[in-house]
Amino acid sequence: MLQRGKKIFLPKLEGQKRREAFTGYIFLLPWIIGFIVFLLIPLGMAAYSAFTRWILIDPPPRWIGLENFRTMFTEDKDFWWSMGITVKYMAMTLIPFMILGLLVSLLLNQKLPGMNFFRTVLYIPAVVSGVAVTLLFMNLLHPEFGAINNFLKTLGVANPPNWLGSPTWALPAVAIMGLWGIGGGAIIYLAGLQNIPPHLYEAADIDGANSWQKFWKITLPLLSPTIFFVLITGIIGSFQVFTPAFILGGVSRFGPGSKHLRFYLLHIYIKAFQQGRLGYASALAWILFFISAIVVFIIYNRTERFVYYEEEGKGSL
Amino acid sequence: MSQSQTIKDIELSDSSPVKIRFWRRKSVRKIVHAVFIYSLLIGLGIIVLMPLSWMLTAALKGKGESVYTLPVAWFPTESFHWENFWTVLVNDDYPLWRPALNTIMLAALNVTGVLISNTLVAYAFARLEFPKKEFLFKLVILSMLMPGVVLFIPSFLLFNALGWYGTYLPLWVGAFFGNSFYIFITRQYMRSFPKDLDEAARIDGATRFGIYWRIILPLSKPVMTLMAVFTIMDVWNEFQGPLIYLNDPAKFTLSVALNYYRQSMFSGREPTTNLVMAAALLSVIPMLILYFFSQDELIGGIASVGLKG
Repeated sequence: MLQRGKKIFLPKLEGQKRREAFTGYIFLLPWIIGFIVFLLIPLGMAAYSAFTRWILIDPPPRWIGLENFRTMFTEDKDFWWSMGITVKYMAMTLIPFMILGLLVSLLLNQKLPGMNFFRTVLYIPAVVSGVAVTLLFMNLLHPEFGAINNFLKTLGVANPPNWLGSPTWALPAVAIMGLWGIGGGAIIYLAGLQNIPPHLYEAADIDGANSWQKFWKITLPLLSPTIFFVLITGIIGSFQVFTPAFILGGVSRFGPGSKHLRFYLLHIYIKAFQQGRLGYASALAWILFFISAIVVFIIYNRTERFVYYEEEGKGSL
Repeated sequence: MSQSQTIKDIELSDSSPVKIRFWRRKSVRKIVHAVFIYSLLIGLGIIVLMPLSWMLTAALKGKGESVYTLPVAWFPTESFHWENFWTVLVNDDYPLWRPALNTIMLAALNVTGVLISNTLVAYAFARLEFPKKEFLFKLVILSMLMPGVVLFIPSFLLFNALGWYGTYLPLWVGAFFGNSFYIFITRQYMRSFPKDLDEAARIDGATRFGIYWRIILPLSKPVMTLMAVFTIMDVWNEFQGPLIYLNDPAKFTLSVALNYYRQSMFSGREPTTNLVMAAALLSVIPMLILYFFSQDELIGGIASVGLKG
């Protein structure tokens, strides 16, 4: 089909073909409009607004060149602070959560009766809204009466952390909430695990491989596309933590809350919607975009040779 | 990995005349293995369910009763104030039935938009021929990689300029114009049907739209179910969008309403923590039900998301 289309080339398609092409574009119309209105135009505005002083209640926007970026790097201390919080959180959670998710998925991949039940239960936190999870854990993490500290006390911890009230423990508190939802990530690995052809393990058994060898030589290499996917989405996700930061940070329409949970996206929100500095906020968003793009690019280049793709490439791009 | 206990091993343990020591026997090792796996899973299951059971316990506490007890009480306790759920839904200050209805309405609009637009576009990419098709599909893939955070501020500027601030429009109109990820998975799905289907229908005089409507859509039910479930869950749990665009508490969706409801706690009146927990639990229950009924499609769908990497 493609060859024929190419031979005829653009200008004059024969009647039947032209009708099909026309119909095709009609079917595409929603996406074409959406692409222009909700992607290209906002993208253009994003590029423009980053170089302007664009105050919501004080139009029109004024071109100020690189001023927003200068302010960001030299004057806005909260920029560096929120970047620090975000990076710290990522360092704390990214790799540990990936490993734990993988371990949980290995458990769920065992061929034992009742696995569907456990799969269902462990996935539950993933369908609970971020707001509900945050409100729940606010109570569980209560320093005096919360369930978590009481559990720690029964374990013999004399002075359990003050969690959300403490500069050092506020981030780990958010991480605990993420940990509760580890089953959501495990399901993605599980899908990858179940795509590994069983005959590979059978062959390894015949060769006398032990479980440890099978994990390193079969499971891990064949799971590498999934691991890579989880790594990339994990990086992008941890740059964009918002709901728990907003609620636990005590931010309201009237003022910013405590600074221990000033994640980067929350910083953007505060600049844009509390201070109305939309041009500046747009510049902040671009920085976030470039940093995550660079990180993803570096990881992509460094790990590509470790990622194993099936030759058939079924289901891949 | 236990499924791959090999033929060789089983043969050895069954027919070998050599006496194998108790702990090395295959059957015993299998049982130990199973006990180990189950105890870990039960442990994890308890960790997942305990917070939810505390939520229920707290939600059932009566007026003036503290939700905090030492030692911490887990479900069930003596307090069963089921009327709390009713109080949360219907009260004079901030009844939650309204945000619940708002959310249902938004979810319905989004599901409609997502199903119509993405199946139309995916049908063209999967089963029609037109110039520049490959190039346009590459644009779809490319826009899938575009992170929302850059568009977050300019979208606000755009919607604000259109006078959509304070209305629901920013929260559903986009759904009618396709979503690159949904277009991608639907196209993959529609490509799997045999090409003869269209040809045969063409010979019988069906139009392109007729083929889409009568043949392709009915066959695409699984992927449509998946999109509908994803969309409902997204709309239901979405916080940032409604937080930015809605300014009237009467228009709030559930997640913003929940936060609003909680904040009014600080004024020293109702709601108290038990009512906040009841509200949170109420907001979660529909998603739990949806999940239980659609989990096969959902997990299967997540498998395809995973494959995307």
